[in-house]
Amino acid sequence: MASEGLHEPRDLLDEASVDHHRAVTSLCEELEAIDWYDQRVKATSDDSLAAVLAYNRDDEKEHAAMTLEWLRRRDPALDANLRKFLFTTEPITEVGAASDDGDAASLPVGSGSLGIGSLKGADR
Amino acid sequence: MNHLHRDLAPISDTGWDAIDGEAKGRFTTYLAARKLVDFSGPNGWTHSATNLGRIEEISGPSEGVTAAQRRVLPLVELRAAFNISRVQLDDADRGASDIDLEELDEAIRQIAIGENVAVFHGYEAAGIQGITESTSHAPVVHGEDMSKYPTAVATAVDALRQSGMDGPYGLAICPSTYTRIVETTEHGGHLLLDHLHQILGGPLVWAPGVDGGVVLSLRGGDFILDSGQDLSIGYLSHDADVVRLYLEESFSFRVLEPDAAIALRSGT
Repeated sequence: MASEGLHEPRDLLDEASVDHHRAVTSLCEELEAIDWYDQRVKATSDDSLAAVLAYNRDDEKEHAAMTLEWLRRRDPALDANLRKFLFTTEPITEVGAASDDGDAASLPVGSGSLGIGSLKGADR
Repeated sequence: MNHLHRDLAPISDTGWDAIDGEAKGRFTTYLAARKLVDFSGPNGWTHSATNLGRIEEISGPSEGVTAAQRRVLPLVELRAAFNISRVQLDDADRGASDIDLEELDEAIRQIAIGENVAVFHGYEAAGIQGITESTSHAPVVHGEDMSKYPTAVATAVDALRQSGMDGPYGLAICPSTYTRIVETTEHGGHLLLDHLHQILGGPLVWAPGVDGGVVLSLRGGDFILDSGQDLSIGYLSHDADVVRLYLEESFSFRVLEPDAAIALRSGT
């Protein structure tokens, strides 16, 4: 079995949904690894070990970013929200409140865009 | 409010849910190209052109100055208008779940076919070169005998592989041929559909607007649909009887690797 985390019977899910699950699971694992490495960096009193663990921790951040980007390319709603919040400088809650800025890409599904995006993998 | 002006439409949240839900469900069936090519975006309504990374030399503005102009592929805006009966919208507010959205359904079909045609066969007025126009391979010609169709598909897959185009491979296929494939069983009672899946390693996609068939590599990075505004529904006008709405999207399409697809054509 590819993953133990499916919540619905496998035969009710298409391949795109299973791939999405794989990516989400992988992203969770990368973020968890970052947290664990970070705690070990803070806990050890050996500076050379801390340096190695910090290097490994930051390597996981690259993995997490790559997986997040894979998900973004296939999820228009996630794409719209990442575009809305990432790389902004205002207080985050103010960015969220100012969502109706007239750009279809930033609109939630139901406010104009049908949120269809990529269908690659939907017909396997 | 944005340029779609949905807030001006005399449509309740329930009505919009019915319209958007109907559109999303049907688009998933009709949008064949998106099942096979890479989708980039959506980059928003203000995204106007795709960067080609190329320049065109032009004469300089003054002596001793050379100049070049960036080349871009402008996005095309597609729009299909339709009417919704206000009586039907009132019924939706009363809880009816079977309201008549026939004009919406036809607009969905039309704009989806437009996207499919632009991707697979090109759209000259918009400067879009389609997959069958760009491919470096001669088409594989097959006869009417469906028992020989797997040979044609295998020939196409082999040509892609010989060119270094890795799989899995997908097949976009016109509705009439798709129906004949689904209806056909081979020797031993095996479905032709299953046999083709084994050859391709990827999907057979029912593709309205496609002429014949197209086999293409699904390895990624070869075909890019650059979306500005993804398919959306906007408001035009209304009177006492109908609300006039429209479907809209903006996009460009590029073939980055002409070796990665091959056309199938019926002939003798």
